[in-house]
Amino acid sequence: MKIAVCIKSVPDTEAKIKVAGDSKNIDTADVRFITNPYDEFAIEEALKLKEKFGGETVAIAIGGNEATEVLRDSLARGIDSAIHVKDAELENLDPLSTAKILANVIKEGGYDVVFCGQQGVGGDNSAVPSMLAEFLDMPQVAMTVKLEVTDNKFKAEREIEGAHEIVEGNLPALFSAQKGLNEPRYPSIKGVMAARRKEIAVKDANALGVAGNFSADKRKMRLKQMVMPPERPQGKLIDGDVDTQAKTLVKLLREEAHVI
Amino acid sequence: MAQGILVFIEQRNGQVRKSSLEALSEAARLIGNVGGSVSAVVVGQNVKGLTAEISKYKPAKIFVVDSGDFANYSTEGYAQAVTEAVKKADPAFVFSAQTSMAKDLIPRVAARLDAPIATDVTEIKSEGSSLTAVKPMYSGKAYGVYEFASPLVFLTLRPNRFALAAADAGHQAQVEDLAVAAGNIRAKVGEVHAAKGQTIEVSEAPIIVAGGRGIKGPENWPVLQNLCDVLGAALGASRAVVDAGWIDHQHQVGQTGKTVSPQLYIACGISGAIQHLAGMSSSKVIVAINKDPEAPIFKHATYGIVGDVLEIVPKVTEELKHMNGKN
Ligand SMILES: Cc1cc2nc3c(=O)[nH]c(=O)nc-3n(C[C@H](O)[C@H](O)[C@H](O)COP(=O)(O)OP(=O)(O)OC[C@H]3O[C@@H](n4cnc5c(N)ncnc54)[C@H](O)[C@@H]3O)c2cc1C
Repeated sequence: MKIAVCIKSVPDTEAKIKVAGDSKNIDTADVRFITNPYDEFAIEEALKLKEKFGGETVAIAIGGNEATEVLRDSLARGIDSAIHVKDAELENLDPLSTAKILANVIKEGGYDVVFCGQQGVGGDNSAVPSMLAEFLDMPQVAMTVKLEVTDNKFKAEREIEGAHEIVEGNLPALFSAQKGLNEPRYPSIKGVMAARRKEIAVKDANALGVAGNFSADKRKMRLKQMVMPPERPQGKLIDGDVDTQAKTLVKLLREEAHVI
Repeated sequence: MAQGILVFIEQRNGQVRKSSLEALSEAARLIGNVGGSVSAVVVGQNVKGLTAEISKYKPAKIFVVDSGDFANYSTEGYAQAVTEAVKKADPAFVFSAQTSMAKDLIPRVAARLDAPIATDVTEIKSEGSSLTAVKPMYSGKAYGVYEFASPLVFLTLRPNRFALAAADAGHQAQVEDLAVAAGNIRAKVGEVHAAKGQTIEVSEAPIIVAGGRGIKGPENWPVLQNLCDVLGAALGASRAVVDAGWIDHQHQVGQTGKTVSPQLYIACGISGAIQHLAGMSSSKVIVAINKDPEAPIFKHATYGIVGDVLEIVPKVTEELKHMNGKN
């Protein structure tokens, strides 16, 4: 079985985010980049499928230097090989462009399964997996929380409001991973050592045959400005004994905030 | 020439999602700037009856795709139906609520039509006839303002962020049946399992009472549930208590849970970790009840009470019941 996992390097979820001087990027000084948390579930599920069926796993990332470490992290967890799409022209892509480029990388590979994280914590779009499935002409299950594969058939469970939906079909297919799918393993020391020796194939826009197609002026969606969230006004601390606190709270919610 | 706004109206089990009607209300508000007219599309089996309700939010036209092929949601079937509606309406914008169906479906349709998409939009601004979309990034630690260079643009709107317009029972939208062959659906939805005990859905609830590790144990959920009952609220939870197995993941709010924007969020024994704030910091009013005065949640709270949640919540519930009794 041949399995592709799309991964993204993102700022640590604990990181303080500051808008850079150009007001279009974040200030990356002091920011540690990590594997997108949802991609960890995707990597784990790929490794589990390989353990069961044998075959090959490939991690694919688009990004600058920060993506290298994250690809090493995938290799250290046990992914067999990595492809790094790295080109100044392909930075800060919108979901449509990202999906097209990933499809370009994946299309000829003959993959049986493609995994993505359900959302990249950064752009917070959760749009790439479904767009990618369309470009690959594969069926998909977004926000997968359970997956069983037997004889090229899959049975997946996805979360919807107030319920779980069971989706069945044949491979090849694309799945986006949601928390709950599995418990991601950590890289082992042995894995980290082995990862250093594995090669990461680097491809630029020329190698992919897309040079000029995704330059900033060709993109259909552009970040005009990044702004900090509005400051919340200073809150009120409610004093007194428990009875007074409860009474005051109800009064404030009703008469000041008008929310009950 | 592409013109107007088409709104995808989501229904499950013959129920129209309130958040879809919010998207329709926003479309009606913006149409004066965009030009053209507002239309809506609803897909399913036996959904024609829903047009009366949708009509109240004043679309000029409602496209109905009604067939047994669409009895269950499927990505490919629904994508086909919505794509046909977009081709027919030829809008400049397609709106939808940001729900789990939308996350699966709308980007797929956008890709099929080679159009850009901004998801989880919290604000839409108009500049002439073009729209810019504001959406949270980095879990709400920043917001991005996006502009578009495309004749067709998809926007999915965060539930509870856009006001529902007043229903106008007198408005009669034109209803047009669209015959769509679902085609080859390769991933089929079989069973649907309802979540245990959930009555009000967290991601759409106007009021949420959420519990964290500070409630001490799963045996104390009834304390919060009683408060939910008097407020008509949904029960939310932090990841710590979901991971501890105290409650189902369906209730989790935050980075790896649900994003919510209720009118009122009552955080009970929740520390306010950055990943929890990611899911709820855009709530209109936040109440924090925590025994640690240094808990980070207090920095974000509109009203804070330092104290034991298991003592305070029952008193608040009692006070509300008392107040309701007097009305
Ligand atoms: C990648 C990633 C994703 C994550 N995603 C999420 C997410 O989606 N949602 C989420 O919530 N977390 C998420 N987390 C976890 C998050 O970092 C915190 O661990 C979690 O939110 C803590 O939950 P808590 O506030 O219930 O528990 P704690 O941090 O243990 O806090 C309990 C609080 O209860 C208070 N308390 C104790 N007893 C009482 C009492 N009797 N009365 C009143 N107060 C009391 C304490 O003072 C404390 O502030 C994520 C973490 C990571 C790394």
